[in-house]
Amino acid sequence: MTRQQVLDLYFLDARCKLIEVAAFLDRLDRAEGEADFRLPAFRDALRVLSSDRPDRALQALMAFSDPTTEPVPKAPGKGAVGAWQETQP
Amino acid sequence: MRYIEPHAHMVSRTTDDYRAMVAAGCEAVCEPAFWAGFDRGSAAAFHDYFRQLTEYEPRRAAQFGLKHFCWLCLNPKEAEDVKLAEEVLALIPQFLDRPTVLGIGEIGLNKNSRNELRVLEMHVDLAARHDQLILVHTPHLEDKRKGTRLTLDVLKADSRIRPERVIIDHVEEHTVRMVLDRGHWAGMTLYPVSKCTPARAIDILDVYGSERLWLNSACDWGESVPLVVVHTALEMRRRGWSQEAIERVIYDNPREFLSQSPKFCLREERKDTTEVRRLKCGPGPGF
Ligand SMILES: [Zn+2]
Repeated sequence: MTRQQVLDLYFLDARCKLIEVAAFLDRLDRAEGEADFRLPAFRDALRVLSSDRPDRALQALMAFSDPTTEPVPKAPGKGAVGAWQETQP
Repeated sequence: MRYIEPHAHMVSRTTDDYRAMVAAGCEAVCEPAFWAGFDRGSAAAFHDYFRQLTEYEPRRAAQFGLKHFCWLCLNPKEAEDVKLAEEVLALIPQFLDRPTVLGIGEIGLNKNSRNELRVLEMHVDLAARHDQLILVHTPHLEDKRKGTRLTLDVLKADSRIRPERVIIDHVEEHTVRMVLDRGHWAGMTLYPVSKCTPARAIDILDVYGSERLWLNSACDWGESVPLVVVHTALEMRRRGWSQEAIERVIYDNPREFLSQSPKFCLREERKDTTEVRRLKCGPGPGF
């Protein structure tokens, strides 16, 4: 596809998602109380977006990923929350 | 357009979904064993589930002219209990000869724990001893990359495992390369909120090529879209993919991998208006 075709196909959708992210950050700012480990991970991923590397999707996923390599002693429940917390409970 | 849905949890779906999939061109659906959304209380509950997958669900699909195949295992979300896993794994061999069982899956890791890893090794051993194909689930979200690496190491450590007989499912941009580099097949799951979107899955195909990759919906009891494989094919068409290139991803590729099991068979395409060709099973000559 040409850049023009990519813009024709995806610009409005990406614009919509971008503004959703902006509104989410505004909403967080207006809210009270402390944020947790998920917000710094989100901000790390945002920094990737404004870089000019060719693998931004991969790097954004890495910003949320557990970087350790050893299995954990016991599964802390079943679910995943979307971002890695260094001191898992 | 014709396609194969290689990963769907139809026990959680309605007959309306079966009808819609067939109307959209689905020729076969494959159902890995998975978590019920709650922990099953005993090995006997898994026995009943395996009967549902091997006896009841193929009949339900057949009502709509759809071939239904399955994979058996204890899923990673219940793998923290090693004793239960041992009991369930002991049940599986009695089902392996059933005509629609393709292999062991979806096995793998969930939270990347030691017990999950132990149960994964037990499943890999079971598959190797019975010469079964393997379908691997990779963990969600923050656990995916680490879990994929650990899983690949387990597979590599077992010299009986031939990489081309293993599909690693739910790959994303940060895991697809390592899976393909090890010689395995990779599945991209089109699932709302987590995993891949159609646009990103097509991006991955653009970057890595179409070899040893397939698409699936993994539709289940969660928010999921049973027709998303064909929705993605429509998006491929909008992005200029030829019909032949689309069909390779949504039909030829899953057929090639799954045909490594002699039990996988598809109804051959209607060649003209008067004759429906006989069923053809297994890889066969010329495939
Ligand atoms: Zn699944």
